[in-house]
Amino acid sequence: MNISVMIDSIPALLGGAGLTLQLVGLAVVIGFVIAVLVALARLSRSPLLWLPAYGFVFFFRGTPLLVQIFLIYYGLSQFSAVRDSALWVILREPFWCALIAFSLNTAAYSAEIVRGAIQAVPRGQIEAAMAIGMSRLTRLRRIVMPQAVRIGLPAYGNEVILLIKASSLASTVTLLDLTGVARTISSVNYMPVELLSMAALIYLAMTFVVTRAFKVIEYLLSGDRRQPPTAVPLPDQPVPDQSLPPDHPLPVASGKTK
Amino acid sequence: MPDLQGFGPMLAQGALMTIQVALFSAFFGVLIGIVVAMMKLSSSRTAQIVGDAYTTIVRGVPALVLILLIYFGGIRLVNEIARSFGHEQHIELNAFVAGVFALSLAFGAYATEVFRGAFQSIPKGQIDAARALGMGRWLTFRRISLPQVWRIALPGLGNIFLVILKETALVSVIGLEELMRKTEYAVGFTRQPFTFFLAAAFIYLAMTIVSMLVLQALEQRAARGNQPMDAA
Repeated sequence: MNISVMIDSIPALLGGAGLTLQLVGLAVVIGFVIAVLVALARLSRSPLLWLPAYGFVFFFRGTPLLVQIFLIYYGLSQFSAVRDSALWVILREPFWCALIAFSLNTAAYSAEIVRGAIQAVPRGQIEAAMAIGMSRLTRLRRIVMPQAVRIGLPAYGNEVILLIKASSLASTVTLLDLTGVARTISSVNYMPVELLSMAALIYLAMTFVVTRAFKVIEYLLSGDRRQPPTAVPLPDQPVPDQSLPPDHPLPVASGKTK
Repeated sequence: MPDLQGFGPMLAQGALMTIQVALFSAFFGVLIGIVVAMMKLSSSRTAQIVGDAYTTIVRGVPALVLILLIYFGGIRLVNEIARSFGHEQHIELNAFVAGVFALSLAFGAYATEVFRGAFQSIPKGQIDAARALGMGRWLTFRRISLPQVWRIALPGLGNIFLVILKETALVSVIGLEELMRKTEYAVGFTRQPFTFFLAAAFIYLAMTIVSMLVLQALEQRAARGNQPMDAA
């Protein structure tokens, strides 16, 4: 192993990591919005809604991401209608094609997570919300979603990590992401093992940070499930406020603990 | 399989290669998974650290990077060994071997966690009972632990298999003639990328569906004799 080559390559690889993070960040946001819509469609009783949603999830989970990227990047150019349309400005760019593929792919996996999380919210709570006259949207916003977020979060963290790793496929459509940079430099200096090992280390660092970040978010969202600072409230102390929303920030230590 | 402008048989060949890569990787991956799970559960500190390092690294690195790393690293290793024996010509590495090796490592890392959970769920009393009957360590493992671990681990292993089946597509990057590579040839000839990549997608879907049916059958078989008893 040539250590100095590995160290010299760090700045270029970090540049590539920037593109990787950009792709992943955008795909997570776009993918999540699509995922929620697909999950809601999947839970609908109308076959006009759940059938297409089911087909979407089945196709994107059942085929390799590489095929999906190639279908969008190379595949769509087969149709002159696409090449002549205004969309061609977007679809001829590898960046946008990779982003579309990543977003749809992660949306399909995340839709299943969201669906599972929504279905895990106790039925009685929804009935109670209906009984006090909440509309469908209010129910979703106030009762279902806050709880579903907490139920689905661990699984969603896994999905984000899988997406970071899957984003290495951007290098197959000539993008200079982390893997792309490693492959390009090693095709010049013939030291693929050094470059790829260094890239692997950077991927490890990124997934490590994301794992930690999700642990922190999980902790922040679990306020009501944590032990209060004083395990047994003393009789003369006020009853803890139960009306706090679940995403309320960390309870500030009030100095009453002795 | 439909003719696909004469490329049907070629894609079928590629699909066969894909299936071989997936099955070989699953086989070696399961073996690696069992061994590393035992290492992680053993009392040896070294074995635990080695096991942890393996699962952390392999699960944190993209499969594509792993495949490229093993392919190029393997070439370098083979050539350096050959050179030390006085062999001067450059030796190429078999893409099949490199691909299966990389995917086995990936499968094994995920399988380790599945097996670890499964081994831990076997009641300690059963092992004690087996040992009390005079069964040796190996016999206890084979007759008491393994059949139950298999049943508990099967759903998790099935999920990993479905993931690895799709990741075989990445081995096309190092030149293995599997479904994806054959599809690229067909695209090069016909200039119809959408048609052929969509065809490949449906072949992968078909393979996924068949795998799911086989896994279901395996799970049912593994669960025989474990049906919940009637409340009679």
